[in-house]
Amino acid sequence: MLSKRVIACLDVRDGKLAKSVKFVDTKDIGDPVQKAREYYEDGLDELVFYDITASSDARSIMLDVVERVAEQVFIPLSVGGGVRSVGDATDLRLAGAEKINVNSAAVQRPALISECADAIGNQNIVLSMDIRRVTISEQVPSGYEIVINGGRKPMGIDALWWAIEGERLGAGELVVNSIDADGTRDGYELTLTSLIARAVRIPVIASGGAGKPEHLYDVLTAGAADAALVASMVHYGDYRVSGLKQYLHDRHVKIRMSW
Amino acid sequence: MNATAAIVDYDAGNLRSVQRACHEVGLQAQIVGDPDALRAASRVIFPGVGAAGSAMQSLKRRGLDAALKEVIARGTPTLGICLGLQISLEYSEENDTTTLGLFPGKVRRFALTDPNLKVPHMGWNEVRGVRAHPLLAGLTAGDEFYYVHSYFPDPADRSLVYAVSDYEQEFACALGKDNYFATQFHPEKSGRVGLRLLAAFSTWSGTC
Repeated sequence: MLSKRVIACLDVRDGKLAKSVKFVDTKDIGDPVQKAREYYEDGLDELVFYDITASSDARSIMLDVVERVAEQVFIPLSVGGGVRSVGDATDLRLAGAEKINVNSAAVQRPALISECADAIGNQNIVLSMDIRRVTISEQVPSGYEIVINGGRKPMGIDALWWAIEGERLGAGELVVNSIDADGTRDGYELTLTSLIARAVRIPVIASGGAGKPEHLYDVLTAGAADAALVASMVHYGDYRVSGLKQYLHDRHVKIRMSW
Repeated sequence: MNATAAIVDYDAGNLRSVQRACHEVGLQAQIVGDPDALRAASRVIFPGVGAAGSAMQSLKRRGLDAALKEVIARGTPTLGICLGLQISLEYSEENDTTTLGLFPGKVRRFALTDPNLKVPHMGWNEVRGVRAHPLLAGLTAGDEFYYVHSYFPDPADRSLVYAVSDYEQEFACALGKDNYFATQFHPEKSGRVGLRLLAAFSTWSGTC
């Protein structure tokens, strides 16, 4: 059977590694290529790069980072941040990305998902969703709302509806990122994650809030996620990827232990 | 002298990740779309990601189908990967496609009864060897490889099956016949165990 995946997310700004806390106050923490290689050698199952640079020359810097990582990391590599067109997606694929994440631009223009799926295959298009908890309303009946532009712009779109719509448009995988949990290290948003994971037939990657190994266990079991995304808990050296996987394995989560 | 290989280019996915992984294990690999260049190769990798129908059309349009059959018939060590494996059987349910017929049998879509299991079968899964092969040397219980596919090979001759994986049902994930070996999983994306397979291929004589 398939193993659950541990995925590390590296936020990259101007070619350097950064980790956001509640999407503000980003702080440089190192060289993305070196970190990627380190995690790969320590048993990481998949790597996500998120380009959080807004400047116009960011694109070429990011392509260079992806290219250098792809030369020395032989696990699936996923890249997102600022993907607005099929051209952006194919450039990143040529540089060495396996999967392409779309986020804000897909909310503003949903056809982007189907266009990318047609061009690079459903399995390679990942819909990343930034989600916050809100009061239940007619417009947002699940009580979870889609937010775009790095957590700054609430869209009044129901997150559960958008997840199902994303699957229908051809996304092969979903990232469920809780803005409320992001950076808190208090655990993933289990209610949100399982709500979405049980409503779609594509894999769900839980994101935001990981601080302890048991958080990964919780989201991969009760949260029904297929993969758990980690960032600060490994970036700052508090935990190692191999240690997290050993912990999950010891608690009988199906996980890849041979690398 | 470094080993060299030709990676068959037929508009079927990202060939550079295969090329990069080859370079990592010291196998100099050129991406080749011309049938005559393929005929001149001393070692061939036949990868592919995408749909069977368009892949077969593209192979035929470029004249690569005949060239590939020739090099394999001649004994050239050849490695198929993913869609490369699938279109090496006789028929694929995907787009109702007649395929190359290098292995007897067909390719079927996963029809799963467990509603929690998803298609495509995407992620890491254990590969169990069922018969020794030089390219699987070193394969150890628990070794996992990376998969992305919705269809699986169903060979007519079980003696061609070298390894299997489980996804609700057991399916063949590595087929071999003489100098041709092919995997459903992606060695180029499977970390060290995948690189080990590519390294074995780089020196493989083409005999079992």
